[in-house]
Amino acid sequence: MQPLLDVSNLTVKFALRDTALTAVNDVSFTLGRGERLGLVGESGAGKSVTGFSILNLVSKPGFIAGGSVLFEGKDLTRASAETLRDIRGNRISMIFQDPMMTLNPVLTVGTQMIETILAHKKVTRKEAEAIALDKLRKVYIPSPERRLTQYPHEFSGGMRQRIVIAIALLTSPSLIIADEPTTALDVTIQAEIMDLLLELCQSEDMGLILITHDLGVVSQVTQKIAVMYAGGIVEMGDTGMVVGEPLHPYTRGLLGALPQCADKADCGLADVAAPRARRRLNQIPGSMPSLSDVPRGCPFNNRCELCETVCTTTRPLLEVKSDGRLAACHMVA
Amino acid sequence: MAGLFSLPTNENPNLETTPVGDADMTNQNTALLSLRNVVKHFDISGGLLDQLRFSGGRIVRKHTVVHAVNDVSFDILPGETLSVVGESGCGKSTLARTVIGLYRATGGEILYRGERIDNLNDNGMLPYRTRMQMVFQDPYASLNPRMKVREILEEPVRFHNPGISDADVRSRVADVMEQVGVNPLWGVRYPHEFSGGQRQRISIARALVVDPEFIVADEPISALDVSIQAQVLNLMMDMQEKRNLTYLFISHDLSVVEHISTRVAVMYLGSLCELASAADLFGTPRHPYTQALLSAIPRIGGKAAGHIKLSGDVPTPINLPPGCVFHGRCPHANARCMQEVPKARQLEGGALVACHGVEEGRI
Repeated sequence: MQPLLDVSNLTVKFALRDTALTAVNDVSFTLGRGERLGLVGESGAGKSVTGFSILNLVSKPGFIAGGSVLFEGKDLTRASAETLRDIRGNRISMIFQDPMMTLNPVLTVGTQMIETILAHKKVTRKEAEAIALDKLRKVYIPSPERRLTQYPHEFSGGMRQRIVIAIALLTSPSLIIADEPTTALDVTIQAEIMDLLLELCQSEDMGLILITHDLGVVSQVTQKIAVMYAGGIVEMGDTGMVVGEPLHPYTRGLLGALPQCADKADCGLADVAAPRARRRLNQIPGSMPSLSDVPRGCPFNNRCELCETVCTTTRPLLEVKSDGRLAACHMVA
Repeated sequence: MAGLFSLPTNENPNLETTPVGDADMTNQNTALLSLRNVVKHFDISGGLLDQLRFSGGRIVRKHTVVHAVNDVSFDILPGETLSVVGESGCGKSTLARTVIGLYRATGGEILYRGERIDNLNDNGMLPYRTRMQMVFQDPYASLNPRMKVREILEEPVRFHNPGISDADVRSRVADVMEQVGVNPLWGVRYPHEFSGGQRQRISIARALVVDPEFIVADEPISALDVSIQAQVLNLMMDMQEKRNLTYLFISHDLSVVEHISTRVAVMYLGSLCELASAADLFGTPRHPYTQALLSAIPRIGGKAAGHIKLSGDVPTPINLPPGCVFHGRCPHANARCMQEVPKARQLEGGALVACHGVEEGRI
């Protein structure tokens, strides 16, 4: 069966005066219908650019330098502006980090929702309004009729993000790309929004690409995880396996750096008298290289404890390891 | 050790004139910093013309006040890490800034080793400035972009030690830079030449260079990536061990707080809900808000559903709800909660909880 989305060897570059920086390097993954994938990484890893390039939204000086993005069989990297317009916000919707920036502050929520429907569907204003009301109910906005006539500033942060999700749902898309949808929100609101996204994906059979730096959030919502580092995917596989027994040294380091993992590892020995405050976290030395000086060979080699000669000369490819997972590392069997 | 957690009384806390029990006496002597019914309000009504309202056929002058911190009392003990957690707008940063004197408290008292510091003028505050330092959230905004790192670090040393020789200043700065893991040779560089993590190390160095005993850290790691967060947290823990520092740590990241804190205070809408040792608070949260907050932490490998859902939104701190500030969203609220403001009460085991339900044994 044809997957919903098939990204293969996607490479995105940003042109400088005389060179080009590679922001996304040879990224491949597939997503089935109704499947949920988490793109995880630190800032500058290329996860947002990957998300944008799926919709061919990378703006100048960035450009897609190679590879293809097949959505329901159509290659979006070569599609005409008209085809793209038909897909963006219609078949594939995007949710961004800051709902205050995504919503137009001088239009009512209702206007913005109806505008979206009328742009993609041949319906009357009345029907459009009915669809809008229905979607607002789906995201649990109380008294939706009144809310339609209100402006974004009249909503709280969590409510605004619900509105954004409702707008993303208007055209019943088959894929939602959510770029850090809860980073600007508080934990209790984050939990609500994540529950909502998960519930909607399951009930509407939507695919989801969740872009985030928060491994906890990803592990609760997605079935698959792709971990990105310096523009490439370093590990990809079933969520439980990746967070449970990470293969790649970067994934291992990243999980080890989380306080909740440090506490879990020795929670059996946890002594109330000796506070956790004395326990050091597992830290990855150094920081992620900037795109202009990614080291030769494996991009992680200068921070990796397993680094050998081969790592400094040859870039490891994402390949199937012993337990069926994909990892890009010379040192992992 | 009931005294460690004992509640400051509402009466005059002056030891000489007020009859106090033994517990309070030890408390007064051991606490590094004590907050007594601290209140901080911000008047946001603007100029005179903005304040005028037309009501009932008359023009009236109306003040709009944000009740950022309301009647918060607790002690910070030497050598501990006391964390304040809560959602945005709960007043945790305001509290931190009030403690260190960046804001003047509207009411209540702040005592440093038993001496009142909240009513001091700038000159009176000066000796305390070397003992209390602050690390800010955004290392991009808190370092002067026009100063070299060495200048940033030398300025506080020179200011607080007039007459100190150049060589002494330099060696002191180099010493601290080495301790926080920044090569002293990089002192000639400007802040923009450093990464976020290194900049936060420089911010920490700037706080440490005057040799303080108390550091207020306002979200020191939330602008950093996960792997860098671990580096900075480790550095803070190392420095605490080496220099016997006391931290007031403000954060919204509960798993970080769970890891590094000795005790944790939970705030909601400017009020203190619960204060307990980290293990106690995360193990058996008692206040309904703490319970909801903790259940929302995205645990790795955990299931998404299973957290306590709170109805409604956080009310605005301009018009505080009567009674318990949390009653509108609390699943256990009853008539008493809507009228009477709960006082923080100490439970067996030392935890401090402000909740009628807990007091009555309903929760």
